[in-house]
Formats: sequence, structure tokens, C-alpha cells
Amino acid sequence: MAGLRLEGLRKSFGANEILKGVDLALADGEMLVIVGASGCGKSTLLRLVAGLESPTAGRILIDDQDVTGRDPSARDIAMVFQNYALYPHMSVFDNMAYGLKIRGLPKSEIRAKVDAASSLLGLDALLDRKPRQLSGGQRQRVAMGRAIVRDPKLFLFDEPLSNLDAKLRVQMRGEIRRLQRRLRVTSLYVTHDQVEAMTLGDRLLVMHQGVPVQLATPTEVFERPADTYVAGFIGSPAMNLLPGILGRNGTVVAVEGTEIPLGNRRFARPDGHPVTLGIRPEHVALDPAGTSWPVEVVELLGSEMLVHAGRADGASLTLRLPNGAALSDTVRVSFPAGQLHLFDRATGLRLEAVA
Amino acid sequence: MERRTLFPGRLLPALLILPQLALTVVFFLWPALQAIKSSLEREDAFGTSTEFVGLENFADLFSDPLYVAAIGRTALFCVCVTALAMGVALLLAVLADTEIRGRAFYRTMLIWPYAVAPAMAAVLWVLMVHPQIGLVGAWLNRIGVAWDYKLDGTQAMALVIVAAAWKQVSYNFIFFLAGLQAIPKTIVEAARIDGSRGFHRFRTIVLPLLMPTVYFLLVVDLVYAAFDTFATVYAVNGGGPGQSTQTLVLKVYLDGVVNANIGSSSAQSVVLMAGVIVLCAVQFRYLGRKAVT
Repeated sequence: MAGLRLEGLRKSFGANEILKGVDLALADGEMLVIVGASGCGKSTLLRLVAGLESPTAGRILIDDQDVTGRDPSARDIAMVFQNYALYPHMSVFDNMAYGLKIRGLPKSEIRAKVDAASSLLGLDALLDRKPRQLSGGQRQRVAMGRAIVRDPKLFLFDEPLSNLDAKLRVQMRGEIRRLQRRLRVTSLYVTHDQVEAMTLGDRLLVMHQGVPVQLATPTEVFERPADTYVAGFIGSPAMNLLPGILGRNGTVVAVEGTEIPLGNRRFARPDGHPVTLGIRPEHVALDPAGTSWPVEVVELLGSEMLVHAGRADGASLTLRLPNGAALSDTVRVSFPAGQLHLFDRATGLRLEAVA
Repeated sequence: MERRTLFPGRLLPALLILPQLALTVVFFLWPALQAIKSSLEREDAFGTSTEFVGLENFADLFSDPLYVAAIGRTALFCVCVTALAMGVALLLAVLADTEIRGRAFYRTMLIWPYAVAPAMAAVLWVLMVHPQIGLVGAWLNRIGVAWDYKLDGTQAMALVIVAAAWKQVSYNFIFFLAGLQAIPKTIVEAARIDGSRGFHRFRTIVLPLLMPTVYFLLVVDLVYAAFDTFATVYAVNGGGPGQSTQTLVLKVYLDGVVNANIGSSSAQSVVLMAGVIVLCAVQFRYLGRKAVT
């Protein structure tokens, strides 16, 4: 049984196509995180699922029921907004009870459900307060509570942690994950924060300019990015991407005239094929026999440091090194063959080794 | 925190507020004091002698059945104008707040009546509902309704209420629309997702968030209807037929200027002034606080 299925979903505002065809299926109880830079269409996608916008084309199925044309009120979903969107004139209790009252539940049942949700979220002492008397983290919890009391078929999260400070964000991130695991409600979570995406999602959907570019588990996305966009977007600092030429029957890449061996992998492209070589900053190795890069900036991050090196021709390289590594004006580095990613330079798509 | 600019000395600040103070003194305090003085006096019919009579004018006023009737009439007028102006404006504002084509155009159109001079507004309505030459008035008579606001006091009252309310709809509309647009969209969206629809959503979410605007307009409209509708009412029927549309403000004018009963007219002015002060106090004390929180 599919919790949520999207079929060929498109959305245009005038001549501006925001969403260029999304197909997606979420298993029951799965948490899928949609991640992308601002303007990639992720929020629009969420609003389509919520019914706050209507799609230009395509279908939305919740629990195998087509809800494409339905009003949000008839979709049995709950949504947590970035600015919480609590009803300012209602107490915390009434905020959570609002949806239940509309469904005509008896008072005692409403009381029980709100009490259960509020003790789950640690809101018991705050039920009589108005939203303006709450801190950001508490408001966030109320918004969560309002979503879970309804016991909906689908949770939608629209960047719910963006308005919190860094420490609270980490804490709430953990709480959301625990809650979702515990309640097993199918969830769609939109964020631009890759750390949230990596930690929260059962699977990630990376969006770029209205197109889904990769749908996979966080590990898969990190270890085998589908194209140079994903490679550059997921992981901080971003993966180093260097232009190169494939050579020696697809077993080496020449970068700036230096041949970098690809280990025992071979890529089925003709020699001379333009490629992009990718390597994460933490995988670049210091090597006295390696190529030389002038150091531009060193950033200390506490236990480790980032070294930004650049060449006169504009090529740049970032290294993540343990703090205290010996540095001079230049670093000599090599690229371990097992950690290299190869992309087609023309299409940007990942290349896979044939053997 | 409030930022204050402090001017040195006393002369400069005094000089800076002097123009405003002068205006207030010349055009408000002076005539107001004059009115209070006149309200305690009686002049003979030829204006040659004036005697001090204490509160006799006020006593006469409140024992005069015509004046008491005018109070009731004015109260009815105020309530009807306020209710009609606010109701229609709220409806229009809710409609104009939706996302539809050409909304900039009809928002502008809805604001126009505010720019029409009150007497003009009255004339417009007269031309529409005149029993012989008015489009609506003549049509009513043709279909058998005995419509003549110059003969029928109730019809005259209805007409001045509609004309006065129509003038105020634009003002209310602007405030309601601004109030509606100040409600965060996501709150309404959250209510939709919570399952709330149509009028229920309006009543439980939108209206409570609009209450500060409602209170504000309530006072403004009451003040408008009570004190600022002279031109409209006077231009429609001059307070007639009989006294059927004679509101308190009209009566001040008719008794004082037309009938030259300065003492009584001044006493009426003082009563009205007290009314304005009470309404303004309510607005400042109660609504001033309400708007902040």
C-alpha cells in the first residue's frame, strides 16, 4: 500500500514552469525529505500535495485515493509551517483542538487526544497560554501537536525548523525524527538544509529547477550522487569538482596534464572524453609526491580545518584536514582512486565503472 | 522602546507647537467656550438683551418631547448607518481579498465614493430615487410601490441612512481590506488543512483576528453617523418631511441658525460635545490599548 503517490505532477504560474513533472511513491510510514536550493520547486510540490495550490497536470493519491481536485480540508493531512501559523487568538489547547472540534468529536475525546499529544511534546503546563506567550521552540511544539492530534494520513513539513536558533534546531530535529518513527505516519518534509535532509529522511529527493534529480537513501545520495548538481549540493563543504579528460582506455583522468589513476575501475567512454572529476574535501590526501596547490585560506573548525587552495588558472580545491596538520604555502596532494567520482562533463550525469 | 527627541530650553518647543495650539484655540476652544456661555443665557427675540438663566436651557431641552424624539431618531440613525456601512464594507473587503482578475481595478472603484463630497452624494442618491425623475424611484412607483421620500418619513429615514452609509463604506472598506491582508496567509491555510471551510473559517479564524479593526471602525462610524452626516442629511430633505430625518446635528443648525434660538442651540451643542468626548475617550482608553496587544 502506498502512503502517497504523485504521478506526472506539474505546476506553472503563467508561463513560468515551477514543477516540471514529478513522479513519486512513498511507502506507508515512510519519511521522505525533499531538499533543494530556494526556487527549486520543493515548497510548491508540498503545497500541491496539501491542496493549497492546484496542479497544472498530474495526479496526487493519498492512500490510493485520488485527491487531486479535493479541498485541503477533505484530504486528511496535517501540515507544520515554517512560521508555525498558530491561531494567535486561541490558547494552546484550542489550537490543538480546533481540527478535532470541526470533525465533531465529543468533548471528552478531544480532551484525551490533546492531553496525550501535549504530554508527548511536553506542553502540559502551557495549555492555557496564548501563542504570543510562548518561545519559538514551544510554538514549534504546538504546531507539531496540532498536527499529531488529528492522526492524519499524511504529515507535511514546510521547513519547520528554519525559524529556530541553531541549538534548538538540532534538538527539534531529533524530536521530529523520534515522533515520526513512533507514530509511523507517512511524511513529506521540505528543507533547504542538507543536514536536516540527511538526518531525517528515510529517503531524499533532491530537486533542481523543478526537476527531481535524485531519489535515494541519504547514504546513497552522499556516496553516489547522481550528477554534479547533487554532488555539489549534498555535503559540506561541497565536493571538489575538477575538469579532466578520460585516458588510457578509460582508466585514468588527466587533470591539468597530471594523470590520476582510477584504481582498477574502467569507464566505457572513449579516450579524450571530457569528464568532471569529483572528490570530497575529506578524501583529498596530503602526499609529498602529489601535485602542488598554493594555499589561499585556512579555516579552523575546532577539531578539524578546511584548507582552500587555488591555482592561477582558477581551479580550486578544498581539503578537510585534522587540526594541527603541518602546512606551508603550498600543499601537495593526491586523490585516492577509491574515493573518486566521475561525471560526464557535457551532461553532468554520474558515470559508472564497467568493471 | 520609544525614541524621543529632546529640544533644549522651553522657547523652541513652545514655538513649534504654537501654530497647532493656535488653530485649536481659535477654531475649537474659543467657540466651545462661547457655546457653553451661550447655553447658560437667554436672548430676547430681537437680540437686544441677554440674561443669565443657569441650566434652564438644558432643563427645557430634556423636557422637550421633540428633542427627546430627536435623540432616539439619531440613535436609530447611527446604529443603522454603522451596521450597514460596516456590513457592506466587510462583505466587499472579503470579496476583494480573494485572488481574482482585475482586483486592482475594483478595489480602486470601491474607494471612490470616499472622494465624493457629502452634498454631492446626497444629490446622487436623490437623482436615483426621486419619485418622478429618479431611475429607481420612478421604477418603484411604476411597479406599484408608493415611493416618495418627500412625503413618507420612514422612506426618508431609510434614504438618508443608505446615503450616509454609502459614503462611509469606502472608508470602512479600506480598513477592512488592510486588516484582512494583515492576517498571515499561512494561518488561514492552516485552518483549511485543519478542515475548516467557508463561513466557519471566517467566523472562527478571520473575524477574531479582524476584531481590532472592527472595534476601531465601530467608534469611527458612530462618530461619523452622529456628527459628520449633516451635509448628506440636509441635502436630501433638510430634515423633513416634518422632523422625520432631523438628527441632533441638524437640530442644532435649524434651531440656532435658522430659528435664531441661540440659547437652546448652544445647549444642544454642549450636549453633542459631551457625546463626542465620551466616544473619543472610549476609543482612546479602550481601543488604544486593544490595538497594541
